[in-house]
Amino acid sequence: MKYLGGRLLHAILLLLAISLLSFALLQLAPGDFFDSMRVNPRISQQTIDGLRAAHGIGQPFPIRYARWLASVARGHLGVSLAYNSAVAPLLRVRARNTLLLTSVSTLFAWLLAIPIGVFSATRRGRNIDRAVGVATSALLTIPDLLLFLGLLLLAVRTGWFPSGGMVSPGADNAGFWKMAGDVARHLILPAFGLAIVTLPVLVRHVRSAMIQVFESPFFRAARGHGISGPRLFFRYALRAASNPLISLLGFSIGTMLSASLLVEVVLSWPGLGPLLVEAILSRDVYVVVGAVMLSSVFLLTGNLVADLLLFASDPRIRVERAE
Amino acid sequence: MNRNYKLRASIVLLGAFHVFILLAGFLAPYGYATQDRDMAFAPPTRVHFVDAHGSFHARPFVYGVKNNVSDSSYEEDPPNAYPLRLLVSGAPYKIAGLFSARLHLVGVSAPARLFLLGTDAYGRDQFSRFLYGGQLSLLAGMIAAALSVGIGGIVGSLAGFYGGWIDNALMRGSDLFFALPWLYLLFAVRSALPLHVPEWQVFLLLVSVIGLIGWSRPARLIRGIVLSARERNFVRAARGFGASDAYLLRRHILPQTYGVAFTQLALLIPQYILAEVTLSFLGLGIGEPVPSWGSLLATLQHYDVLSSYWWMFLPAVLLVPLFFAYHTAADALQERYESVSL
Repeated sequence: MKYLGGRLLHAILLLLAISLLSFALLQLAPGDFFDSMRVNPRISQQTIDGLRAAHGIGQPFPIRYARWLASVARGHLGVSLAYNSAVAPLLRVRARNTLLLTSVSTLFAWLLAIPIGVFSATRRGRNIDRAVGVATSALLTIPDLLLFLGLLLLAVRTGWFPSGGMVSPGADNAGFWKMAGDVARHLILPAFGLAIVTLPVLVRHVRSAMIQVFESPFFRAARGHGISGPRLFFRYALRAASNPLISLLGFSIGTMLSASLLVEVVLSWPGLGPLLVEAILSRDVYVVVGAVMLSSVFLLTGNLVADLLLFASDPRIRVERAE
Repeated sequence: MNRNYKLRASIVLLGAFHVFILLAGFLAPYGYATQDRDMAFAPPTRVHFVDAHGSFHARPFVYGVKNNVSDSSYEEDPPNAYPLRLLVSGAPYKIAGLFSARLHLVGVSAPARLFLLGTDAYGRDQFSRFLYGGQLSLLAGMIAAALSVGIGGIVGSLAGFYGGWIDNALMRGSDLFFALPWLYLLFAVRSALPLHVPEWQVFLLLVSVIGLIGWSRPARLIRGIVLSARERNFVRAARGFGASDAYLLRRHILPQTYGVAFTQLALLIPQYILAEVTLSFLGLGIGEPVPSWGSLLATLQHYDVLSSYWWMFLPAVLLVPLFFAYHTAADALQERYESVSL
């Protein structure tokens, strides 16, 4: 419990530091959202100046930061200049979509990686193991962007999958199940792409973790005692191999979120990614800060969950961390 | 596979690739900005050895291409064959920005065209643009990776060697960079920089942004090695003989980190090339008319280009062998230095 408290405090301090840094960075940025209005002859300079003043642009850094913090405390996360609304509701929808996509593909990737990795480990050095090795290297070298563009091409050319978006027009009031089915159809392609991107690293780690267990004395002893089948696999092998794999789960969240940003933009999944790119191009400062902070919250939460899982699954760590 | 063989093969492949890119001007039939408005989205030119009568020619040749304006498709125009010529004089270029020349490796006489990877919306040769674009993208990847590993090396060795509050401060700093997903971090920093500035400034900005945000992983790895190297007996002995900190670091400790540093370089370069590609693809990087691998792919954001002109994918496909070579090199380096250090 004390350990959890320490970790939480650390995470919150990190988030504060990140917000301060990203704010300072954006303060340095030349130009602002209203620059694009200046070329419009129908908007007078007074209007622009008024808008600037209303949004506190040009005020000193500590005041803007304090105002933003107050806004965070109220749950608004600042104001989006492009959407003319609070940032929080914008982010909420996008974050939900990103989480849906990443969690489905994480599940998908692990469900594929564990059997493939275990299978490959049990047939170590044989042809099938080598084939898995070659396949993972090949997947690792295909640029993400090429893969996602290829998936988009598949969707556009064959029409088997929707080529973007999250729901078909008019599907929103067709009843819950119809709608869920529609979202699932849109989800297949981006989730598959994301899973493929993370799969090779997972397979490699599952394989090496399993091999390590297979070679360890306790496993040989268990086998020598005549334990076999599912009991040997689940109680002895998988349990012992789970430690590095749980750490990997924590590490892979960052990769997953990064890859998700790209897949969302390419396959126009309405997640945080497209919103962030749009906000950067239009200099919508608070949306940028909000999206970046949120991604960090996801990552830190993921790492924390992985750590707690590790804590629960490995008694050695419980002892070590308790000290 | 023999790991020395693996390392050597990947280095040869990488060397060849980089020399090709360096000699872009010589190998490219056309300049990167040469437009041929009548030949927009022309498919890759087919190089023939056998003519319409079925007889074989040792010198490969191409046919002229007819543009059907009605459905904007292209077809070959067989009676007039144009042989490929070696070492032809063409548009002037510079190699490595130093030597001016006009000599190109291959070319065909007008009106035929040699578009090995097809053309883009302005009728520019994609193959030439790929080679020229590689100069920017590869250079960006290499400088940025060197920057990351350099900073990582300095921070990691200082933290590992001195320990104490220096170690604490530096490692808390690197925590910050681990608390953000990599691409989000890249975008956050990119967003603070101006959008529309001259190309060379964009290039410098990109390189420094990409390089500066990636130092924390190499720093941690190098710190770990320095921590254990510091306690080795020969290092302690040298210290006992009165060696200074600078001498210890330079002579005994840093050489032990070279393995990890090289491995990280081989891992980071392809990652950073991809970072440049991603940024330019999204319009946050190097823009027209200067080609980079990212801006070559940016046209694929239009559905009609994506679905109708398959050759626009070829630049991305050509990256696969390059990345494969880098990954193989990183693998081989890792195996090699792991077995040495243990």
